[in-house]
Amino acid sequence: MNPGGELPAGLEGLLCSKKVLVTCGPGGVGKTTTAAALAAQVARRHDVSVLVLTIDPAKRLADALGLEGIGNDERQVDPAMLGDQARGRLFAAMLDTKQSWDALVRTHAKDQATAAQILSNPLYQNITGRFVQSHDYIAMERLFELHESGRYDLIVVDTPPTRNALDFLDAPERLADFFSSRLLRWLIAPYRSRVFNLASKPFTQVADRILGAQFLADIAEFFFALQSMYDGFVARAKAVQALLRSDAVSFCVVSSLEMTPAREAEFFATELTARGLDLGAIVFNKVLPASLRDREALLTAQLLGERAAELAPVAEVDPQLAARVLREAARSFIDFAALAQAEERARRAFRAHCDLVVAAPYFGDDVADVEGLLRLGGVLLDGTEEPTAGPSMPD
Amino acid sequence: MTKLEDLELCFVTGKGGTGKTTVAAALARYLAGLGKRVLLCEVDAKGEVALVFEASEVGFTPKEVAPSIWAMTMDTESSLKEYLKIYLKVPVTGPLSPLAKAFDFVATAAPGVKEILTVGKVCFEVRQRTYDVVVVDAPATGHIIGQLAAPQAINELVKVGLIRSQTEWMLEILSDRSRTGVVVVTTPEEMPVAETIELAGRLSDETTVALQAVVVNRVLPGRFTRREEEAFSALTSDAAAVRLRSALGREVREVLEGAALAVELRHNRSAHLADLRERLDPSLPIVLLPYLFTGMMGIAGTTELADALAAELTR
Repeated sequence: MNPGGELPAGLEGLLCSKKVLVTCGPGGVGKTTTAAALAAQVARRHDVSVLVLTIDPAKRLADALGLEGIGNDERQVDPAMLGDQARGRLFAAMLDTKQSWDALVRTHAKDQATAAQILSNPLYQNITGRFVQSHDYIAMERLFELHESGRYDLIVVDTPPTRNALDFLDAPERLADFFSSRLLRWLIAPYRSRVFNLASKPFTQVADRILGAQFLADIAEFFFALQSMYDGFVARAKAVQALLRSDAVSFCVVSSLEMTPAREAEFFATELTARGLDLGAIVFNKVLPASLRDREALLTAQLLGERAAELAPVAEVDPQLAARVLREAARSFIDFAALAQAEERARRAFRAHCDLVVAAPYFGDDVADVEGLLRLGGVLLDGTEEPTAGPSMPD
Repeated sequence: MTKLEDLELCFVTGKGGTGKTTVAAALARYLAGLGKRVLLCEVDAKGEVALVFEASEVGFTPKEVAPSIWAMTMDTESSLKEYLKIYLKVPVTGPLSPLAKAFDFVATAAPGVKEILTVGKVCFEVRQRTYDVVVVDAPATGHIIGQLAAPQAINELVKVGLIRSQTEWMLEILSDRSRTGVVVVTTPEEMPVAETIELAGRLSDETTVALQAVVVNRVLPGRFTRREEEAFSALTSDAAAVRLRSALGREVREVLEGAALAVELRHNRSAHLADLRERLDPSLPIVLLPYLFTGMMGIAGTTELADALAAELTR
C-alpha cells in the first residue's frame, strides 16, 4: 500500500510501504490480536482497504470483528466501529481449511468429474479435514489469492502458532516437490495400469503389508486424480514463493519477553532471515514498564517492606492491616522488578536481528473489541522499544 | 478420575506459552521421586527437555537425564525406521533413498501418518513396559486432538493389514482411563482459560482419551481481600503518598504504581482462575503451581515446580 507523500516512521512506515505483512511467532503472545490491531489502526488513519486474515481467532475477537460463523468469506467491519475520523476500510476473514481446499480442487481439476472424484475420496477428506499440515499450504494459497484479487491495499496475515510455523513457508515448495517425485509415480503406477501387480514393486509390497490393499487403492486413486492438477499446483506454488520473497511482503515476529517465547521468537527471526525473507519488525507484547527496572525504586520498595509497621499510620486505616498490605505491595514490586530485569535481558538479544523493535504494555485484560484493537494498534504504529502508553491502573 | 501417579501414559498439553514442557518435566521428576522409571518424550523437538534438565542434546534414543528419568525427542523418521525394523524385519541402516522418499510422502502428503508414528511410538513404549510411566510433552492445544484422534482416523481408513491390528491395540491403551490420561496446562489468563475449556470439550467429543487433571501454572499470590484493597487504595492515595515520601525521605510514586500493576494482575488472574473452576467438571482435579519470579529454568526451576506439584497432589 502506498498512501503517497512522505512515509511515516516506524511500524506505520513499514505498513505503508508493503502490500502484505505476515505476523509469526510463538503461541500465547497475542499474535492474532496484534495482526488485527495493526490492520484496524492503519484502516483508521489512511484512506485504504485493509484486510486482516486470521487463522484461528479467539471467540471474543472473532465476535468483535464480526467473524463468527462466516467461514471463508471476507467481511467488512462496521465502519462506525473505526470511529468518526476513520479514513479507510477494515475487512476481516478467517481461514477455513476444508472450504479452501475444496475450492482449490475445483479450480485446478481438469473437469467436474475429476473434482468430484477427489472431493469424495476418503483420504482427501481426512487430509483436509483433520490434519494439521494442510493448513500451512492453504494459508499461503489463500493469501496469494487475496493479494492477486487486488481488492486490498494491505493484507495483514496471522500464522498458526507452532514451532513449525515456518513450515507454512515451505509448504508450497514441498507440495510441488512431491508432485514431481518418483514416489508419486510408483504410488499411482498400479492405478494407472489398473492392474494391482503388487509383487512387481518392493515398495508397494511393503506398503501393502503395512497398510492393506484398500487403503493403497484409495491413495493411488487420490494421487492419480490429483496429478491431473499438477501443472496448476506447481505453477501456483512457485508464484506463492515468489510473492513471499518479493518487496511487497514483509514479516513481523510477535512475542512476549518471557523466557521461553522470547527464545522461540529469536529462532523465528533467525530462520526468516536465513530464508531470505524480509524481517521488517519485531513486536513485543505485554512488556512491563521501564519504571520497574529503576534501581532507586527497588531500594525504596525494600525500605517500604522493612519499615512497613512504622509507616503504616500514614493511611487512616487499621495500622496492622495497612502494614501487612504495604509489605505485600513492596514484595509484589520486588517480584515484578525481577521479571522486568529478565525481560530487559531477553530484549537485548533481539537488537542484532532487526532495527525496528516496538513494545506494547500490559493492557489489563485481553483485547476483545475494536476499540481495544485501535488502542493497541495506535501504540504499536507509533511505538518505540519501550512501551509508550502506561498500563491501565485501578482507580 | 485416575490419580496422576497411577497412570502409565500421560499426555501433557496446553496453549503455547503456558509452560507445558516445564510442567511435563516437573511431573516426570515428581513421578521419579515416587520410585518410578519415567520416559519423558518431547514431541515438538525444540530441545527444551534437554534445557530443563541441563543435559546435552537429547535424541530419539532415550537417555537418562536425571535419576530414573529418561528423555527422548520424537522424530517420526526414526520412528518409522524402528517400526519397519521391528514389524517387517526390513533392516534400515542409514538413509536409504527410496525409504527417504517414502517418508517424504508420509510426512508431506498424508500427514495423518506422521501423527500415528508419534502416538504409535509412545503406545509402543507403554506396551513394552521398559518404563513404569511415559510422560509425553505433547503438541499444543491446536494439534493435540489431531494426534490423539489419529489412531481412530487411521482405523476408519484402513480396513485390513498390519496397521489395522496395531491401531486396535493403540486405541485400547489410549481409551483405558485407568492407564492413560491427558493433563492440560494453562495459566490464569483469559485466552489460556478459554482454550482449556474448549479443549476439555473436544477431548471428550473427538477422542477416546480421558482428561485427568488441569494444571494452572504461574499462579500469582491471591488477590487482596476487599479490606486489603481498601487499605491499599488508602496507602496509594495522594495524601498518603506525600506522607510516605516525607517519612522515608524518598520518592515512592514509582513503587506504588508498580505495586498497583502487580495488584491488578493478581486481581485479574484470580478472576480467571475462578472462571476456570466454575466452567470445568467439578470432579476434575485442578493443580496450582506458583509463578517463579526469578525466571528460573533448568534443574532448579524444575525441582521447585516438582516440589510444588508434590505438595498439591498429596494435599
